[in-house]
Amino acid sequence: MYKFDTKVQHLKYKVLREVARFAWEDTLLEHVMEIPGIIVPGKVPTMRCCVYKERAILADRVRIAVGGNKDNPNVIEVIETACDECPMGGYEVTNACRGCLAHRCVDACKFGALSLDENHTAHIDKTLCKECGACAKVCPYTAIISLKRPCQNACKVKAISMNDEWVAAIDNSKCIACGACVYQCPFGAIMDKSYILDVIDLIKKSNENKNYKVYAVVAPSISSQFSYAGLGQVITGLKELGFYTVVETALGADMVADAESRELVEKGFLTSSCCPAFVSYIEKNHPELAEHISHNLSPMATIARYLKNKDENCKVVFIGPCTAKKAEAQKDEVKPFVDVVMTFEELQALFDSKDIDITTLPESDLDNASFFGRIFARSGGLSEAVAQAMKEHGETEFKLEPCICNGIEECKLALLKKKKGVLDANFIEGMACVGGCIGGAGCLTHEAKSKGEVDKYGSQALEKTITDAISVLK
Amino acid sequence: MKITVCIGSSCHIKGSRQVVEKLQELIGESAIGDSVELDGTFCMGKCQQGVCVTVDDTFYSVSPDNVNVFFDENVLKKVR
Repeated sequence: MYKFDTKVQHLKYKVLREVARFAWEDTLLEHVMEIPGIIVPGKVPTMRCCVYKERAILADRVRIAVGGNKDNPNVIEVIETACDECPMGGYEVTNACRGCLAHRCVDACKFGALSLDENHTAHIDKTLCKECGACAKVCPYTAIISLKRPCQNACKVKAISMNDEWVAAIDNSKCIACGACVYQCPFGAIMDKSYILDVIDLIKKSNENKNYKVYAVVAPSISSQFSYAGLGQVITGLKELGFYTVVETALGADMVADAESRELVEKGFLTSSCCPAFVSYIEKNHPELAEHISHNLSPMATIARYLKNKDENCKVVFIGPCTAKKAEAQKDEVKPFVDVVMTFEELQALFDSKDIDITTLPESDLDNASFFGRIFARSGGLSEAVAQAMKEHGETEFKLEPCICNGIEECKLALLKKKKGVLDANFIEGMACVGGCIGGAGCLTHEAKSKGEVDKYGSQALEKTITDAISVLK
Repeated sequence: MKITVCIGSSCHIKGSRQVVEKLQELIGESAIGDSVELDGTFCMGKCQQGVCVTVDDTFYSVSPDNVNVFFDENVLKKVR
């Protein structure tokens, strides 16, 4: 049926769908306790040791689906019951070690951490090991493996550690809410809090958009999602759900490219402000560079502000691939413009909670932005747009030298270089997810062909320049 | 007088940008900028009839081809 990358996503989706189903009917309170039993009926476990543990974990998933722990400010939350307490011993020699003569592992270790016993079997001294992995790379028997928890491996900002009971714990002072752990945990033990109840509430109380209008603002990465239907059908589906109309975030991106290019010329150096996880990473880990963060709001907040300025009673729901946007929407400077953020995963759950089969719907139009606004969804797109905006402004003196950082590790490297004064660039385009937004944790699919889909969507835009796209806004 | 042009997707595809630009030009040429406010909105719920335009509360279906006639009939005459 629908394409999720993993069963974990599918499970999360089922919880959201059931929660939403009851919420539309105003019967969630009566039925909330039944949801685990609806998803796991009978007595035969399919995921854990027994159905009772499965249901206990599902009860926790329901709790996060209805907003999660209110005392925890982080939008990313660990489901302690679901954490499998994976081994985390680092590099270890397994019994595949044959005690060979070459013992390349010993030679490869620059830290003297490897030694051989009387049977020539290798051993790693944990006090000396730096986890570089050189020994594992050279072993012809692949006898040395790294036992690292997938969540810790996914978290490139090192925000995940273990609590006293060996359960994953998130350090909120380091977490940038990128959601990498959410997508990577094979047990689905980390989830992004869901605010779909707020979306349902806004739609219902709008009384079919008569009391106020509810706008859906969709991220350009939507072009790589819902591949089983047409984009136009997704737009019709949003209107069927009860949204007044759908506006492209990419139009906000056009506005950002226009303003950011001017800001860059004025200041001479900038780091981009579109990706909330990248911004949060600078604020938390490199605060001395925070002065260089572009003062432009993100495309989401920019278009939302425009909508609120036009119609102050309207409500704005952002729909995208991003868990960090949920955190961004809570910031004081964004809160007045964006009412709720939800992901594509959650949108799929909402469609199905109302039994809307988008493949059967007619197509609606979606066309507000230019090619350049639309390609913000992929790594490199923002820099291309800023270059284009400079060209359109007739800027000839300032030479844009972007450093395009694809994923948080590249961001980290560029920022360290900037700190040391050895960065050969005047603009850092930072995207925390590899690939850009199309690699976001809230995507239904994370396929390699996504970039092509974004470019195709970009080229279908009616407006070919940023200036034309934003000219109607003045 | 307030003229509102729909700049939602459907009207955009039918040429709302051209309508907006033409109206800006006509308002400038006839020097009625002080008494006319030009505004945009996303969707008026009548996508079939786009480009949707309202003058105060009256609805008009305009296209890039007939925007001159629309302006003369429904804006200029009423302002002057």
